[in-house]
Amino acid sequence: MATDTFFSIPEPSAAGRVTITFEGEPLSVPAGISVAAALLAGGVKTFRSSVVGGGPRAPYCMMGVCFECLVEIDGVPARQSCLIPVREGMAIRRQIGAVELQFGAGEEA
Amino acid sequence: METRKGENTRMSKRQMTVVGGGLLGAAIAYGAARAGTSVRILDQGDSALRASRGNFGLVWVHGKGTTMPDYVQWSKEGLRLWPELQNELMELTGVDAGLQQPGGFWLGFDEKDVEARAVALDKINQDGGDVPFQMMDRAELRQYLPGLGDAVVGGSFCSLEGQANPLMLLRALHAALKAKGVDIISGVDIAKVEHDAATGTFVAIAKDGQRWKSDRLVLAAGLGNATLAPQVGLLAPIKPTRGQVLITERLKPFLDYPTNKCRQTKEGTVQLGSTAEDVGYDDGTSADKIEWLARRAVETFPVLGQARLVRAWGALRPLTPDGYPIYQESETCPGAFVVSSHSGVTLAASHCYVLGPWTSGLTQTPREFKSFRGERFLDPNASFSNGY
Repeated sequence: MATDTFFSIPEPSAAGRVTITFEGEPLSVPAGISVAAALLAGGVKTFRSSVVGGGPRAPYCMMGVCFECLVEIDGVPARQSCLIPVREGMAIRRQIGAVELQFGAGEEA
Repeated sequence: METRKGENTRMSKRQMTVVGGGLLGAAIAYGAARAGTSVRILDQGDSALRASRGNFGLVWVHGKGTTMPDYVQWSKEGLRLWPELQNELMELTGVDAGLQQPGGFWLGFDEKDVEARAVALDKINQDGGDVPFQMMDRAELRQYLPGLGDAVVGGSFCSLEGQANPLMLLRALHAALKAKGVDIISGVDIAKVEHDAATGTFVAIAKDGQRWKSDRLVLAAGLGNATLAPQVGLLAPIKPTRGQVLITERLKPFLDYPTNKCRQTKEGTVQLGSTAEDVGYDDGTSADKIEWLARRAVETFPVLGQARLVRAWGALRPLTPDGYPIYQESETCPGAFVVSSHSGVTLAASHCYVLGPWTSGLTQTPREFKSFRGERFLDPNASFSNGY
């Protein structure tokens, strides 16, 4: 039961389906929905870890306010997955802890 | 009960009413309560133009008081007392006000500004300031501030300084007030204060007619002091200046020292600020200023270009014409005090440990408070600039 999703997406979608990956695992999801909706429907329970306590986090508001749904998308960290539509081939990973700024050449002490 | 309508006549031996529950009112009320005074706070609550929300959180001295040596010493005293307040609040309430004092940097983008800065800091010490500071060029700054942008040409460092979390400080003070049994009455808008010379008592009257009687009255109402102070023989010509600030998502630590342009909080967010705008009582935000702040932040630390902003907000600084505070007891209505300052974080510990007992009548007026009287603004030959 623990791996069953609480969410489902009505079928069929006129827009067809796209394939995304979450932590390297492919997921076939309806086109046009948000990344957060797609991951929830795909059974993902933990989107990120808390910056403060390290505990697991998942979407709460689904409307861009709570910042609980942050994930890394195509290498870009801390994106609000509830605001971003899925695209074919999107590579999504959990957002673990705080973002680390990447110092470029000549910027380090 | 304190909140019902009608005159409240319940009074202890030394009942103090503090009008305003922001950083000033809360610090003074806490300082008075821990000295044994019976205190109530009358606060506007969430509708208040809460300057505490817009405070940038610096615990700062270098560069302050160029035209008022007494203010230099007063600010230094604030920094000296801060660790005691941090520990006391933590012990009493478990709330971390976020104090860190690793030293702080002022950053300049223009050679002329940096030169003027060095002259101003020298003058402060020629006037007896005794504020430790060091001028640095870009290369030297980068030893402390990795990733500093080429737009920064130089700066100054003061080892006494640091930062705190204004919101957590306010929360810690309010928790401490509750622990000391202070009545915090929220959602009241005080329109009028009256003095009864025969009994030496005061009445604070809310817009809805509620009245609170006391034998001491402290006006810590921020912008509200301008209209309340003259009713008890005091002067506080406070005007609003808007400051907009931005905050980033939480980032792994990259900035070890607070600067006057940006600081990284203990929690990892980076606060970017701030503007100084004369827009009356509008505490909103504007796209042009947000863009300017973001652009300047990225010029200061190019790596911030990768960070995502999560919020922007505006708040109104309650500024006196010269930017220095007003701390004064009324001569015509003894027992009434006015306190106005826009440095509610830097001076929090002084407001608690010095102004609390002073407004309680337990200590003499500190010598340097002669400089902080409101009458200085009546001098027809003086002109004032508040640095904002």
